[in-house]
Amino acid sequence: MNILPDTFGIHETALRARSRQLELLAANLANSDTPHFKARAIDFKQLLGQAQQDALKATNGRHYALGNDSGSPDAVKYRVPFNAGVDGNTVEMSVEQAQYGKAATEYRASLMFIENRTSSIKRALRGE
Amino acid sequence: MSISNIFGIAGTALNAQLVRLNLTASNIANAGVVAPSEGEAFKAKRPVFQALLEREKLNAGAQYIGGVKVEKIVDDQTPAPNIYDPTHPQADANGYIYKSNVNEIGEMVEMMAAARSYQNNVEVVNTARELMLRTIDITKT
Repeated sequence: MNILPDTFGIHETALRARSRQLELLAANLANSDTPHFKARAIDFKQLLGQAQQDALKATNGRHYALGNDSGSPDAVKYRVPFNAGVDGNTVEMSVEQAQYGKAATEYRASLMFIENRTSSIKRALRGE
Repeated sequence: MSISNIFGIAGTALNAQLVRLNLTASNIANAGVVAPSEGEAFKAKRPVFQALLEREKLNAGAQYIGGVKVEKIVDDQTPAPNIYDPTHPQADANGYIYKSNVNEIGEMVEMMAAARSYQNNVEVVNTARELMLRTIDITKT
């Protein structure tokens, strides 16, 4: 029975990506005083593109391969700073704080979607 | 799991900022120290931070990758100010004493910056902890 992947859909992958984003932002904040450190974050647009490409698998040898347009495989990219520090550090504390807050909220949102799915499964199991 | 990595990463940052705060405290404490020669004069200490990148294989596993470490502690090379004070017990043959090169105002600013960075990382840990607890609670709904 293949209920779980279909139940959570994109949210399982999304939750993993969100937690990776949180990790990257935590690393940025940890290195806010490290010389030459370049801030990184996930490009969710590219990640979604990759996820959709995975869905569009070539099923015939004569199908054209869908080109992976650009970027690193895990869609991690360097941030373009508004004002880079003189020591080559591109972590901007206020930007990273705001992004961390945003990422935490998005993580909560993904969690809520999953919670809703689990509670519906539980209701179905109970036969309510 | 990524969320638990955050604790490791923020932990390294808390550690590094604490070292920085300690050095600041040491610099301020030694600001008034005088010495009989330039070489013996107290030099302000500065931490040099370095990011822990993927290429560094750590014994502890992947938990701290992306964190920060204090690579080394260097002396501030600003020349020590000398003062002519022949009555001072530490004065050299020419009657000069050498003060530490600690800039107290700069150290206060450094202290505040370190404290802010520390607070930032505490906040990161708090948020990560809350998210982790909520993730664990998924099954309760």
